[in-house]
Amino acid sequence: MSEVVPDLLIDSVTGIEVSLPLAGPGARAYAYLIDWTLKVVLALSWYVVAAILYNGRLSLAAPLTSEGRWFGLVVLPPLAIYFLYHLVLELAMRGRTPGKRSVGIRVVTRDGGPPGPGALLVRNVFRLIDSLPAFYGVGLTLMVLTREGLRCGDMAAGTLLVYERTGADPELPQDAAQRLGTLDPSGAEIVADLLQRWPTLVPEARVGLARKVLQRYLGAAADLSDGDELTWRARLERLAGRGGP
Amino acid sequence: MSTDTAARRKALAAALMARAGVWQQAAARTARLASARTDDATDAVRLADDYRLLAHDLARARALMPASRSREYLESAYARAHATLHHGAWRLGSTLLRLFSEEIPAAVRWLRPYIVWSTLIFILAALAGYALVHRYPDLIALFAGPDLIASVEKGKLWTEGLLNVVPSSVLSVQILANNIVVSLFAYCLGFLFGLGTLYILGLNGLMLGAIFAFTGEHGLAGALFNFVVAHGCVELSVMCLSGAAGAAVGEALVRPGSGGRLESFRAAALRSGTVLLACAALLVGAGLIEGFVSPDPRFPLATRVIVGVGYWCLMLALLSGRLLPRRARAAAATA
Repeated sequence: MSEVVPDLLIDSVTGIEVSLPLAGPGARAYAYLIDWTLKVVLALSWYVVAAILYNGRLSLAAPLTSEGRWFGLVVLPPLAIYFLYHLVLELAMRGRTPGKRSVGIRVVTRDGGPPGPGALLVRNVFRLIDSLPAFYGVGLTLMVLTREGLRCGDMAAGTLLVYERTGADPELPQDAAQRLGTLDPSGAEIVADLLQRWPTLVPEARVGLARKVLQRYLGAAADLSDGDELTWRARLERLAGRGGP
Repeated sequence: MSTDTAARRKALAAALMARAGVWQQAAARTARLASARTDDATDAVRLADDYRLLAHDLARARALMPASRSREYLESAYARAHATLHHGAWRLGSTLLRLFSEEIPAAVRWLRPYIVWSTLIFILAALAGYALVHRYPDLIALFAGPDLIASVEKGKLWTEGLLNVVPSSVLSVQILANNIVVSLFAYCLGFLFGLGTLYILGLNGLMLGAIFAFTGEHGLAGALFNFVVAHGCVELSVMCLSGAAGAAVGEALVRPGSGGRLESFRAAALRSGTVLLACAALLVGAGLIEGFVSPDPRFPLATRVIVGVGYWCLMLALLSGRLLPRRARAAAATA
């Protein structure tokens, strides 16, 4: 993936650059679909509820003459929800929206920080161009053609979409260091993780995963004979704790 | 790799992974400081120490165990510490205050030559529209709809009795939404090397001139001026301002300079784009005036002129950064 969509590398005073993986067109389109669905549902819900309350009966019909209160209470809020959704939420959530959050991406500037109101405004105003001629044609084409997966709004605002590095994800296996033995660090992490999750797994998964791990790290020397769950767990403990079969 | 080297690497990796608790503490402190201001200086200083520690451990993890989850965790914690240390906590209020007190006035100062040129283009287009329709009245069909033409030919301005058909609130919102969209397009279409902006400025100028000429032919120019003066001063100024922002974007693409076309486009779009926030805010006010004051015959011309000129002065104060009290400006500068 890193070869298809490169990382955003940010210089640091420590000399160790910060690396943020860039989001590609797939993740961006998925986040947009979630946001689009959300804003349409919100806008429609507002319209339906407000129209029923306004009419005092189960009817969505607009009044025959143009009425200010109908427009202000029933028509205007859904329009505001639809058109200001991205700008307001990106401002309030520091470059995120519910869709982006669920996909695990966010908008950042080229120095990795959250974009300011000016940049977010420009980014969202250029949706007018990106959405042409239909279904984000210009934006999607540019995303595919540019190395960093940028649409016109990102180019104008100097923003990028990166995968979140939240600090809590990925989960850190608690006692991987004690399980190094003859395993390499990622092997120790896998075994530690499996033993940590052991109580939450169904019996078939416990045995299946333990078999795979033993096969991978011990190869032909692995004892893969049948046994109950406790036997498989003991084999894993031996692999992790003492590094032998 | 010799056995000794492998053993040494493994020992180093074990020592590194044993520091997981320290990383988690650093990540927790970063998360806490990222979301709120702290008065505890020690806590803030510790963040700088955490940052160095995470950088150190990440460098070792990248070398010793590049495919491990520990490295992924460290990348994550380090990136977050970097963002917290360098970008600080998020203060929406002070950010917006700084935008209106510093960034927008600075952008307007930068845009001055573009504002002059876009205003000139708009005025020339308006004069051209006036001259065209004055000389060839049939050409009004190019700029106005049949209802408007029929109404003026009957000696009646189309805005008369408008409030009997549409309430002021609805009218205001329709007008301001339309004006904001036109203003945003005038800016965005600068993306087409400035040609789109030129088209929007030219077309709106032509329409204004043409309609004034057409109403003048039917003795309604005074009534039209009466209608336009309260909201038009700001509305037309904002049109020129957003056109200027679009022209700056267009020029950055036509004459990119040494930084390259994309970099030049980015710098110009970002710098000039901030004025759109002021444009949108001003157009909301202009829309309200156009919905509540302009079509209402109870307002005399003098009141309309006072509203129009007063709102225009308010616009100048906003764009020059003088609208906010000095204390607020100082607070924004400190933030």
